[in-house]
Amino acid sequence: MYSLRTQRLMTGNEAVAYAVKQADVDFIAAYPITPQTIIVERLSEYVASGEINAEFVPVESEHSALSACIGASLSGARVFTSSSAQGLALMHEVMYIASGLRCPIVMAVANRALSAPLNIHGDHSDIMGSRDSGWVQIFCENPQEVYDYTIQAFRLAEHPDVLLPVTVNLDGFTVSHSSEPVAVLEDSVVKEYLPRHERPRLDYYSPASFGVFALPTHYFEFKVEQEKALRKAGDVFNEVAAAYPDEAGRLVKLDKVNSDGRIALVCMGGTTGTLRHVLKQSASREFSLISLKLFTPFPSKEILEALSDAEGVVVMDRATSPGAPLPPLASNIVASLYEAGINIPVLSVVYGLGGREPTLRLIREMLEKAKERLRTVKVRVNRMYLGYRGEER
Amino acid sequence: MKRRSEILMPVVFEVGNTAERSVANWRDSKPVIERRLCTNCLICWIYCPEPAIFMDEGGLVQIDYEHCKGCGICAEECPRKAIKMVMEDV
Amino acid sequence: MSQVSRLSDLYGREGLSPGHSACRGCGATVAVRQILLAAEPPFIVVTPTGCLEVISSQFPYTSWRVPWVHVAFENAAAVASGIEAALRALERKGLGRRHKVIVIAGDGGTFDIGFQALSGAFERGHDLLYICYDNEAYMNTGIQRSAATPLGSATTTTPAGKREQKKDIVSILVGHGSPYVATSSPHLWKDLTNKVRKAQSIEGPTFLHVVAPCPRGWYFEPQLTIKMAKLAVETRIFPIYEVENGKYRINYMINRPRPVEEYLKLQSRFAYLLRPENAHLLERFKQWVEDRWNYLQKMAAVTSS
Repeated sequence: MYSLRTQRLMTGNEAVAYAVKQADVDFIAAYPITPQTIIVERLSEYVASGEINAEFVPVESEHSALSACIGASLSGARVFTSSSAQGLALMHEVMYIASGLRCPIVMAVANRALSAPLNIHGDHSDIMGSRDSGWVQIFCENPQEVYDYTIQAFRLAEHPDVLLPVTVNLDGFTVSHSSEPVAVLEDSVVKEYLPRHERPRLDYYSPASFGVFALPTHYFEFKVEQEKALRKAGDVFNEVAAAYPDEAGRLVKLDKVNSDGRIALVCMGGTTGTLRHVLKQSASREFSLISLKLFTPFPSKEILEALSDAEGVVVMDRATSPGAPLPPLASNIVASLYEAGINIPVLSVVYGLGGREPTLRLIREMLEKAKERLRTVKVRVNRMYLGYRGEER
Repeated sequence: MKRRSEILMPVVFEVGNTAERSVANWRDSKPVIERRLCTNCLICWIYCPEPAIFMDEGGLVQIDYEHCKGCGICAEECPRKAIKMVMEDV
Repeated sequence: MSQVSRLSDLYGREGLSPGHSACRGCGATVAVRQILLAAEPPFIVVTPTGCLEVISSQFPYTSWRVPWVHVAFENAAAVASGIEAALRALERKGLGRRHKVIVIAGDGGTFDIGFQALSGAFERGHDLLYICYDNEAYMNTGIQRSAATPLGSATTTTPAGKREQKKDIVSILVGHGSPYVATSSPHLWKDLTNKVRKAQSIEGPTFLHVVAPCPRGWYFEPQLTIKMAKLAVETRIFPIYEVENGKYRINYMINRPRPVEEYLKLQSRFAYLLRPENAHLLERFKQWVEDRWNYLQKMAAVTSS
């Protein structure tokens, strides 16, 4: 179906902006923050040149950005914003409200480390801080995925059974600022893929009260219903993907390569590309690779299927959970394995904090260590910091 | 787009439905209009916080005792002193 | 814009239903009722967290008969910006129609925590009407000091009386270049309702600062709410004026002000201020009242030409 597509050279950020333009959004509010800024710069250019018929509101903070998005979304608009790191942290309060009010907002997050110390480079600690905010969370490996997944994110968010906000995550700099050829769809094809659905909205002639408060008599039910809707997003996910006009770009919960490898590597985001490259170059077929695209709702069933033949699993987190037994992705994987009664050893690797590059050499070293640790050490869960210069605990 | 409120999103579609609730038990005294003094000027109505004052079909100002909390603003502000606060029977 | 001249012009336009859980004699709800009676359709109301939100929107109930939204405490002006701009885009695309967005917020959500969002929305020039009902403290959480609490007023976080005078929010918004900023009081229902209509009819960000006496937080008997608003105005503590495109006009001239003590002594929150040892603070309070009145008169004279 590549006849649908034309190729353009784009960074991850430009791919987001291009997808948002084609999605015919009505409203964008954003505040500048590295490494996300280029997304909103491009979008404001599209608005200024009339290529997109939307209002761009250059708000005075990220808190206001997401707040304005909620107002716009409740007015019936198709809404986009983007942020990173400190900006996302400032939005934290509002993220819970966006999902609680069931606003189908799409937000690109150019993932970046959180301060202190201040650092503008890539890691996933920003979005992991909002892990439990009730948003669908999608991770992208490269600008092509960024483009395709952003478009599909709107359809998923606005699905009448879902009505939840979605984040599209792209690693700061390594994906957000890397140029690659991106095959893009025709505008009309995207328009057809993203029909508009009626949903309750603020309207004088059909009044309703939005954002009412709930006492202990009702709050619990709201929260469980919201969780169910998030699970439902996992169910309609395949339907949303299957309708995407180009099969090659369809959103998947995960993608597995080297299926016969006995040790599974699980990773999200840009570093998965590095792992693919290392595995391709290696003569060894010991490792399979699971590139996880959907983090929330966590696709346990699909992960367990993908791990069914594995003798060990290496889970790569680009964030830490200080004081917790395991970082976020490893924690989810271990919980899934436990629930299924699968008792294979796990190596939890924390890598790339504050933009430290997981180089080819480091990855190769990690694979060697993984083989050794998963084979020789008796403990079920091993931990390692990849590329950390200090002493491991 | 109209729907009924359900535990799905924190939205209430039945607008103004607090009117179904009585707040009469908030009251320790109630306003009583002395008809011969009342000119139906609506001053009591514009200063009522609830509102628990309305005009009936005959154009007479009336108290809605299901929704009056007995604050006494109407009695205080009535230009003709046509409203008296009367203790409720307990 | 049609002028409100009689109460019958307003009757039957109720936007707030009874059965809400505001305290007896709540000044804020009197003001809100008047605002909604006056507002011209179509409009949407945004309310930040606070008394008004809590008393009117307990699921599965609502007192609002008009479209209404609450998102959080500090972001009402940002939410309003989003609604206003989104509806503009939707109208252009034939997918919706523009509404006037009216924010009704307390002093905490305006002077303090919501101030950044308010400033941003006014600087960007959104077409919205922001109304602050000012009950001069955080009443919903139990009477804590805000930037709108007057000098000498006791709150639960200033038990011995606040040491600072309240922020001049009107001047700040005039400084944002707003085309219309005004004050009003629910006891002057004609003034308030006509200012709502006027502010609503002006394109751009407009602001009304409305005094909202609170029997619970100011410690006075609930039947005195309207009296208290009247006294605030007649002592010149809360002057009624408007600033239209930079031109100041005092709408309610007080030639012979009543002594401020008349107002202060009716409210137990000022008990400390009235103690003999705090005479210097009372003096400061009076000076503030006088200075502001003089300032307004000068501004009215200077900008009238």
